[in-house]
Amino acid sequence: MSRPAHRRPEYHKINKDLFVLTYGALVAQLCKDYEKDEDVNKYLDTMGYGIGTRLIEDFLARSCVRRCHSYSEITDIIAQVAFKMYLGITPSVTCNNSSRNEFSLILDKNPLVEFVEELPAGRSSLCYCNLLCGIIRGALEMVHLAADVTFLQDRLKGDSVTEIGITFLKKLDERKYRRKK
Amino acid sequence: MADAALFEFLHTEMVAELWAHDPDPSPGGQKMSLSVLEGMGFRVGQALGERLPRETLAFREELDILKFLCKDLWVAVFQKQMDSLRTNHQGTYVLQDNSFPLLVRMASGQQYLEEAPKFLAFTCGLLRGALSTLGIKSLVTASVAALPACKFQVVIQKS
Repeated sequence: MSRPAHRRPEYHKINKDLFVLTYGALVAQLCKDYEKDEDVNKYLDTMGYGIGTRLIEDFLARSCVRRCHSYSEITDIIAQVAFKMYLGITPSVTCNNSSRNEFSLILDKNPLVEFVEELPAGRSSLCYCNLLCGIIRGALEMVHLAADVTFLQDRLKGDSVTEIGITFLKKLDERKYRRKK
Repeated sequence: MADAALFEFLHTEMVAELWAHDPDPSPGGQKMSLSVLEGMGFRVGQALGERLPRETLAFREELDILKFLCKDLWVAVFQKQMDSLRTNHQGTYVLQDNSFPLLVRMASGQQYLEEAPKFLAFTCGLLRGALSTLGIKSLVTASVAALPACKFQVVIQKS
């Protein structure tokens, strides 16, 4: 049996680069296939949704999160556990309304755009990272939570931060604690 | 740090697009064809080839480059080495992976044999792209006899 290759730190970076580069190639290909930005955005969102519906199992298996009792807890977990686990970043969370069902994730760093300096010419409405919105939406739906997830601000479009807005649509199934029988 | 899982999920989703038959005959109908996947893999392979740590930039021979890919590239990308490398010493190399990570989740044996090529197109491009960065023009194809083992055939193109 050959000795396993020494796991150098550079390999870890390459593994991360692999996803980021593949994503970039995907966006480039979609820009070739679709003229309108809205179509590319929609396609990315749909692909993200498909990924999210499967990613949630992977996430739950790796993270052992406890059951959540509020949208705020869920959003915290998305930011502090999921984003950290898969992308190595921890967006900050803000709540945008008093009924506590609208939240924002503020991304200070965004590994997906590491190799992107600016949007391609003529693509000013492109939501480059729209896959993320679809992933969050798909994952939430698998745990019976309907939500709208969109980019509210985007550094690539000239905004000062990148902000993802999550609006929970249905009331969380509020079950009282089960009394011990 | 991004999980290897994220790439696998993205790759699976990209391949899934091949299954969806688009009845709309508008331009770009069959968006994700095998050659498109291979082309994307090529671009990524080129970029990765530039990032691979190389002790010496001057490889002595072609075989060293292939060995480098089988060990370093494969470990960096798939967390394992290629299981075997054979050559006829005339520009054809056969790289065998007995447990290819992108096929492992699918099935083992003969099931899904027809679909397997879709899961290999991107990686063929990846190899071709990495070789390109290292100065070698090639044609890369893949074959599967029984999942999750597969063979990548690299044929060096002499200019």
